[in-house]
Amino acid sequence: MTYQNPAPEPSPDSLPFWQAANRGEFLIKQCEECDQAHWYPRPCCPFCASAKTVWRQASGRGKIYSYSYLRRMAEPYVIAYVTLEEGPTMMTNIVDCDPEALSIGQPVTLVFKPSQDGEQAVPLFRPLEP
Amino acid sequence: MPHSALAYIAGAYEHPLRNAPDTSVAQLHAEVAFGALADAGLSKDDVDGFFCGPDAPGTGPLSLADYMNLKLRHVDTTNTSGSSYLIHVAHAAQAIAAGKCNVALITLAGRPRQQGKSKGALKRADDPNQPDFQWESPFGIQILGVYGMVAQRHRNLYGTTAEQMAWVKVAASHHAQHNPHAMLRDVVTVEDVVNSPLVADPLHRLDCCVVTDGGGALIVTRPEIAKSLKRPLVKVIGCGEAPVGQNGGYMEITDTGAQRSGATAFAQAGVKPADIGYVSLYDSFTITAMLQIEDLGFCPKGEVGRFVMDGNLISGVGRLPFNTDGGGLCNNHPVNRGGMTKAIEAVRQIRGEAHPAVQVPDCRLALANAIGGQLGVRHASSTIILERE
Ligand SMILES: [Zn+2]
Repeated sequence: MTYQNPAPEPSPDSLPFWQAANRGEFLIKQCEECDQAHWYPRPCCPFCASAKTVWRQASGRGKIYSYSYLRRMAEPYVIAYVTLEEGPTMMTNIVDCDPEALSIGQPVTLVFKPSQDGEQAVPLFRPLEP
Repeated sequence: MPHSALAYIAGAYEHPLRNAPDTSVAQLHAEVAFGALADAGLSKDDVDGFFCGPDAPGTGPLSLADYMNLKLRHVDTTNTSGSSYLIHVAHAAQAIAAGKCNVALITLAGRPRQQGKSKGALKRADDPNQPDFQWESPFGIQILGVYGMVAQRHRNLYGTTAEQMAWVKVAASHHAQHNPHAMLRDVVTVEDVVNSPLVADPLHRLDCCVVTDGGGALIVTRPEIAKSLKRPLVKVIGCGEAPVGQNGGYMEITDTGAQRSGATAFAQAGVKPADIGYVSLYDSFTITAMLQIEDLGFCPKGEVGRFVMDGNLISGVGRLPFNTDGGGLCNNHPVNRGGMTKAIEAVRQIRGEAHPAVQVPDCRLALANAIGGQLGVRHASSTIILERE
């Protein structure tokens, strides 16, 4: 699979996330009021509306929530939702894998890959066990 | 027992074209608008409310209202993608009840086949202010992939099979063979569907709807006006709408807004799923229609795979005749927004004006449901329940 991810356009809400990604760190937002982690990161908690959300280092481990292999694209790729160990589920791609051997519930781990323009590390996942 | 009317659908018109190289988008809107007015027996000057989506070119309703030279006192451009047009029916009924308009025109039209948008890929707003955009576009989000994920998870949770999904397309094709305007009129088999190429696992090519030009329009009006016209009375007795997001990352993508929009509409109408004689379901993909069937309560959650088998959705054969025009899978899917055509075929069924080969005998109650946006990402379900009077 040679699909390369287009670079995101960070917003004021997300700039710390993307800057951290370029340092190899995977951050998520957690609320200090209700203690819940959420995805995608926002300044205000989507559960209790508190502004006391803080960036936390996430483990980068998770499980495939669902996936689909887009095999008719010029550069086929696997789009997926991964449920993070910290709780929330995020959209991503599964890479470095046999797309026909994936399964829901399969453990995966974070791998940063450069965006098409090489400027931004993008959080993707690969199967934990080959 | 008759149910109280919110409003009446007095006119409905589906554009006959599926490929419209020689008609402008504005003219398509005008043709469906005037077609629906003629169907109702009303004139352009009777229209005082106008409802449209972003398929209407220009700023909201302004350009089209000017193009058709409508004299309006109420407008509504609610946009929930393909489910907008059923929400427009509900909002028109509310506006009429509130005295804000008497004759509401709802239009949908466009020509995606002429504008290079016919590949099934979703053209997303490239707006950095759209808060979710940067969390989805880097991963190649597109419509096939997200519906593929929904289908994959339904298979995983409930054991739904490719053959069961295929039955939805088979039923649609049985209906489309009788529709001279349908894009695809060939009857297909379960084998045809599961042997068509995989496009986004587990979706095969024949699990996907068509892309068409054209459009449709509806006229919603107050009871006194509907009863003065010479058309069968189609009463709107229940409506519901339900936007659904990702709940901060704690979602179940196989649960649709139809659970809430359906419950709201059934409660308002005072009827239950077993009372419904005909359903129009937005079939962007086979799985889309299936999730609506279970979330509207026509079968228990997770059992839709078995429910749709053996022709159970085919008119005259099964228990739940659906999309008797051939639906989006075979007939028509103008502007990739399927809600409008769902309402139109439900009106035909209530009037007894569907094709005789697919007309449900004595169809007193019909339901139309649409899922707009992207199931599994963000979507809105809308439900309307219609009764013959
Ligand atoms: Zn909170």
